[in-house]
Amino acid sequence: MTADVLNISNVDKDRGKTRVLNDVSLMVQPGERVALLGHNGAGKSTLIKSILGLTPIHSGAITVDGAAPGTGAARRATAYLPEAVSFHPALTGREQLTLFAKLDGAKADVAGLLKRVGLSDALDRRIGTYSKGMRQRLGLAQVLLGKPAVALLDEPTSGLDPISRQDLYAIIDQLAGQGTAVLIASHALTEVEARTDRIAIMSKGHLVADDTLTGLSRRAGLPIRLRVRATDNADAIAAQIGGQRINGASVELHCTPDDKMAQLRRITDLGDAVADLEITPPKLEDLYRHFAAQDASEDLS
Amino acid sequence: MTRALAIASCEMRILQRNLWLVVATVIMVLFALALTFAGSAPTGALGVDMLTISVASMTTLSVYLAPLLALMISFDAIAGDADRGSLALLLSYPASRGEVLLGKFIAHLSALAIAMVIGFGSAGMVAAWFGGAGAESLLALARLIATSIILGAVFITLGYLVSSLATSSTAAAGMSAGLWLIFVVLYDLGLLGAVVMDEGGSFTQTIFPWLMVANPADAFRVWNIAASEGVALTSGMTGAAQALPIWAAPASLLAWPLIGFAAARLAFRRIEP
Repeated sequence: MTADVLNISNVDKDRGKTRVLNDVSLMVQPGERVALLGHNGAGKSTLIKSILGLTPIHSGAITVDGAAPGTGAARRATAYLPEAVSFHPALTGREQLTLFAKLDGAKADVAGLLKRVGLSDALDRRIGTYSKGMRQRLGLAQVLLGKPAVALLDEPTSGLDPISRQDLYAIIDQLAGQGTAVLIASHALTEVEARTDRIAIMSKGHLVADDTLTGLSRRAGLPIRLRVRATDNADAIAAQIGGQRINGASVELHCTPDDKMAQLRRITDLGDAVADLEITPPKLEDLYRHFAAQDASEDLS
Repeated sequence: MTRALAIASCEMRILQRNLWLVVATVIMVLFALALTFAGSAPTGALGVDMLTISVASMTTLSVYLAPLLALMISFDAIAGDADRGSLALLLSYPASRGEVLLGKFIAHLSALAIAMVIGFGSAGMVAAWFGGAGAESLLALARLIATSIILGAVFITLGYLVSSLATSSTAAAGMSAGLWLIFVVLYDLGLLGAVVMDEGGSFTQTIFPWLMVANPADAFRVWNIAASEGVALTSGMTGAAQALPIWAAPASLLAWPLIGFAAARLAFRRIEP
């Protein structure tokens, strides 16, 4: 087991009277891709800025590659992609990236990096002429500078077209492959589902979940949805296996993971009466709603 | 230091591309030339060469123009980056906030110096060509250029201060305009009012000169006037300058950029991008 390169333990932060981070603990290992999910204002960006040392925390501790946030060592170890990043419009992509390379103090193949993110043609054009997606790619190119130990990506897919998103996740995989711990704050649940190793969910400053997708499913105990399409009589099927008729020809029922096989057997016993069967395990979206809502109801009580 | 220089070279490139450097230089040349020709009439009456008169006129011009150009260049330095969202990214790099500020300062001061040297230099050459110049008037011109750059440095750092305090680029622009008005116009008006009320009493004799020289814009004026008899003669401002020790104005003007930079650095440290 490798040591955690990003270590957040029991972090509290107040902004005025509101507690924006409440006892947040999160560890990320080298090469791990962790998704950080949450509503707007849940504390995702605040957590990222705390890791960068841009905003102070009031209790708890954060270490980045063993160093405190904001120190030279921590900054050298970290790469950051801000949400909806923008750069000075008068500079070219090459000039902007060269500046970042100099600030980083690392020898960098600027042209190669820009090629990697698909900006070869725009190398010497002013950033003012770039599209939103191109600026995002330029932001991504600077993340790749100097093999960071930790990469913090805040809404990296915003403004990207579907193909660019595929490229983005390929680059994230490459980062993880070289041993970078990647933390991705995102709204795009379906993408994150397939592309990350672990999922952390924040709600109102609390970290309400931190597990793999299967682990989250098990903990949530959300039902699996079975939809049975009847050959001709949906009411008869509903009467025999329970569940609810949802339209003229289909019956929907929910079951727990343990109960799933037994239910399936009962359905297959119906023989020709069943035309089709659809099994839907809980999606990340359902899990997300479950964990985020659970915390909200605790707050009310 | 390499990081500060990397930032400086990028900022310099931006000033070239957004035409700030060209526009500022053209403004300086036009105003300086206009004043030189407009002010060339009293040469014979006062018995000084044309360059001396030109320097006296340009000193008055620079009191207004140097702070204005300096604030125009600097008010957006931090607020603009914060508005764009690139400040957080910049500060996630190993460059310290002091290095970021220093890098911008080097670029902005260099650009201002270029505009000053070309503007006052060309006007001075024209005056010397048409109306003659001596060792003393050439020295006065060099002093004018150097002190104008220092005055610019003061207001560049004050621009960074408001840029750090303001919540947006627009607010920073408004605060800069207010700052210019206070230092260049209102402060002097207030002092003038106090002197009139005092009717030549102890305030006018003792406190007033020090209060005046505490303002960098006035310190700039006093330094240029006190150092050159010819300039003082043509500007008709000898009294106040003579009431002070010779080091007062230079000390004030040289201390201000340091005070301004330290204040800007403090304000910048409090920013959470």
